[in-house]
Amino acid sequence: MDFNDTPEQAKFRAKCREWLEVNAELKENKNSGHTDSTLEDHLKVAKAWQQKKYEAGWAMLHWPKEYGGIEASPIERIIWGQEEAKFNVPGGIFEIGLGMCGPVMMQYATEEQKDRYLAPMAEGKEIWCQLFSEPAAGSDVAGLRSKAERDGDDWIINGQKVWTSGAHYSDFGILVVRHDPNVAKHKGLTFFFVDMKSPGITVKPIKQITGQAGTGAGFNEVYFDNVRIPDSQRLGEIGDGWKVAITTLMNERLAVGDARGSDIEEALILSKTKDDAGEAMIKNDSVREKLADWFCEANGLKYTKFRTISALSKGEAPGPEASITKIVSANKLQEIGNFGIDSGDMAGMLIDENDGVSSFQGAWLGAPGLRIAGGTDEILRNVIAERVLGLPQDPRADKGIAFKDIPTKA
Amino acid sequence: MNLDFSDDQKFLQDEAKKFFDKEGGLTNARAVMDNALDSDNELWQKIVELGWTGIRIPEEYEGLGLGHLELCVIAEELGRSLAPVPFSSSVYFFTEALIKFGNEEIKSDLLPKLVSGEVVGTYGIAEDTHQATESNLSVAVTSEKINGVKIAVPDAGVASQMILVVKSKSGTDLRLVDLNDVSVTITPQKNLDTSRAFFKVEFKDTPSKLLGESGKGWTYIQHLLDQAAVLFAFEQVGGSQAALDMAKAYSMERFAFGRQIGSYQAIKHKLADMYIAVTLAKSNCYYGAWALSSESAELPLAAATARVSATKAFQLCSKENIQTHGGNGFTWEYDCHLFYKRSKILSVLLGSEATWKEKLVTNLEKTNTLAKG
Repeated sequence: MDFNDTPEQAKFRAKCREWLEVNAELKENKNSGHTDSTLEDHLKVAKAWQQKKYEAGWAMLHWPKEYGGIEASPIERIIWGQEEAKFNVPGGIFEIGLGMCGPVMMQYATEEQKDRYLAPMAEGKEIWCQLFSEPAAGSDVAGLRSKAERDGDDWIINGQKVWTSGAHYSDFGILVVRHDPNVAKHKGLTFFFVDMKSPGITVKPIKQITGQAGTGAGFNEVYFDNVRIPDSQRLGEIGDGWKVAITTLMNERLAVGDARGSDIEEALILSKTKDDAGEAMIKNDSVREKLADWFCEANGLKYTKFRTISALSKGEAPGPEASITKIVSANKLQEIGNFGIDSGDMAGMLIDENDGVSSFQGAWLGAPGLRIAGGTDEILRNVIAERVLGLPQDPRADKGIAFKDIPTKA
Repeated sequence: MNLDFSDDQKFLQDEAKKFFDKEGGLTNARAVMDNALDSDNELWQKIVELGWTGIRIPEEYEGLGLGHLELCVIAEELGRSLAPVPFSSSVYFFTEALIKFGNEEIKSDLLPKLVSGEVVGTYGIAEDTHQATESNLSVAVTSEKINGVKIAVPDAGVASQMILVVKSKSGTDLRLVDLNDVSVTITPQKNLDTSRAFFKVEFKDTPSKLLGESGKGWTYIQHLLDQAAVLFAFEQVGGSQAALDMAKAYSMERFAFGRQIGSYQAIKHKLADMYIAVTLAKSNCYYGAWALSSESAELPLAAATARVSATKAFQLCSKENIQTHGGNGFTWEYDCHLFYKRSKILSVLLGSEATWKEKLVTNLEKTNTLAKG
C-alpha cells in the first residue's frame, strides 16, 4: 500500500503541472476560488481559459483522438483534475457539454453535425446545456410531459423544462420530449439537440432558497412555445429517447463528485478558535463527539475515493463504493453548516455587512439543494439497494399502461 | 496510488474465507455458545497448522515473517465467521508485545511455541468497572512479584501466558506472567457473548518478567491497543458485511403483503444505510492498514478512526439485521443474535466508542492541517 503515482502517472502529472505553471496562477490557499464580478466577466474568462486549454490539447482529454482528444484514461483525467484544481482558474461552464453532450453527439449525430458542433464545444466557443427535468418529472424523469409533434421535416415542441444549469448562457442544449403519450412511459420519448436561440424558447432563472438567481452556473426554467426543431437534429430513433438519455446520464455519473464547501477541516479550525472569554468549543464534549463523527465520514470518503483511484490506476473497474459519496457528503455539509451557524449563538443568524454570507451559512443554505440535485438522498438509497445490493425494484403503478392513463392526482 | 491489498494478500483472504466456510462458518460460534466452551479447540488447531499464528513472527523464530497487511485480511475473515478462537488475544496482543518489547531470551523461548501452538497468550488491562488509566491501576509489581486482580481477560481458560500492565516503582510496566504458576487463580466471568470466554485473573506474589523498559508500560500498551484497534476494525467490518449479507438474503426470500420485503423502501433504505456504514468503515480500515503496515506516525489517529467507524458499522448492521428478520431475528435459532452479541463485545473490548472518539479528537487537536481528499 502506498499513495504514490506509478512512474507513468508521475510523468503525466509533471506534464500537466508544467503546462499549468506557465499558463495559470497557483491558488493562494486551496479554498480560494475563482471569482469574477459579473456573469459576463466570468464567461469571458472561462471561454478564454477553455480556448487556451484547447490549443494546448488539455480541453477534452477523454475524447477520442478523431475528435481532438487524447483518449486519456480515467486516472489521467483524475490527475489533470487534481492539478488544475490547485490553480486559480474558472470552471463550471463546460462540464455538461464536454462530459454529456459531446459524447452523445459523437454516438448519434451525423458526420456533418459532428464537424459543425464538436470543435466549437471543445474550444469553448459554444456552450451546451441539458434539458431533461420537468416540473412534474424530477426523480421520475421518464415521466416528462413536454410534447413533440411532427410537422413535415420539423418537430414542434411545447412544454417546460426546469433545473437547467446554465440555460441562460447556453448556445445549444440536448433535449428529451414525449412524441407519443399513447404508449408506455419509457417508449414514447425522443431525443434532440436544439439551438437555444430558437424562436419560442424563454429562459427564466430560478430564484433559489439562497436568494440567488442567474448567478454563475445557476438553474433555470426553460419554456418551449411552438419551438421548431428540424428532424435532422434528432439523436437516435423515434421512441429511443430514454435509451439515449440513459447513455448520457451514464456519462454524467463519471462527473458527479462530492459536495464542496465547509468540511471537517473548517469545523475543526472553528472549534479550536478561542472566544472572547478564552474558551474554545473543542473543550466541549458534545462538540468533540460531532468532530469525531464528521472526521470518520470525511476520512472514510477520502479513502473511498483513494480505493476507486487505486482500482483505476491498475486499469481495473472500480467497485460500487463511490455510490455513497454524495449522500454522505451532502448531509455532512448540512450538519457542519448548521454547527458553524450555531457556534455564533444569537449572532449566528446575522449576515456580515461586509463579508456577506459566511461559508458555514452558505453550506447550510446550499446543502438542501445538494441533497436533491443529481439524485435525491432517497433515490440514491434506492440505487444502492437495487444496483449495488441487488434488491428487487419497487412495484410500479405506471407499468404497462399508456402514458396518458398514468394517474397524476389523488 | 495503491490503496489496496496485493494479489498475494487477496489470495490469502480468499483462502481464509474458504477455510472458515469449510469448517462450518457460524456453527462453530454457536457450538461454543451452546456448550459453554472456552473456545473451539479443533478450529484453533487447524488455524495453527495453517501457520497463521506465526504470520508476524520472523523466520528466525520459525514464523512466516510476513507483515500486518496479511493479518488484516485474516482478521476480516475471522470477523465474518465470528470464529470462536483466541486469535486476537494471542496474535494481535501477546505475540506483537513479544516481537516489539521482548528480550532475546523471551523471544527465542516463546515465539516458536506460539507458531507451533504449544503456547497461547493473552493480555490484561481492565481492573474494575471504570476505564483503566495509568493513574488508577492497582495491580502492582514489587521485586518482580505481581499482586492484584485483572478482569475481563479474554481466553485465559486456554492461554498459558499473559502480558499485563502493572503499577511499578518507575510508573507502569508491561510484564509477562506464566498463567500455569500456582500463584495465579483464574475464574470464568459470565458475559453477553458466550461464544467468547472471559476471566478474572488473580495474582498473589506471581513471578513476572519485564517487557521493554520499566516505566514505559503505558506507552507500550497504548501502541499495542492502536495496532489491535486496526485489526479489530477489520474483524468488525467482516462481521458487518456478513450481517448485511444475511439481512439482504432474508429480505429477498421473505414475503409480506404479497411481495418480497426487500422490495419495500423501508427495508431498502435500511440496507442502503448499512452499506454506507460498512463502506465508510472499510475505507477507514484501509487507512488504518496503511498506517499500521508503514509504521506511520499517523497510526494513533488512523487506528481511532478505523475503530470508531467500524464499531458504528457493526453495531448498526447487527441490530438492523435483527430488525429486518422481524420476530425470527429475536429467536435463539436464527443467527442474528450471534452478530449482535459479538458486535457488542468487540465494541467494548478495547475500550468503548466514547473512549476512542476521545482518542480520535485528541489526535485531531494535535494536527494543524488535514489533507483533504
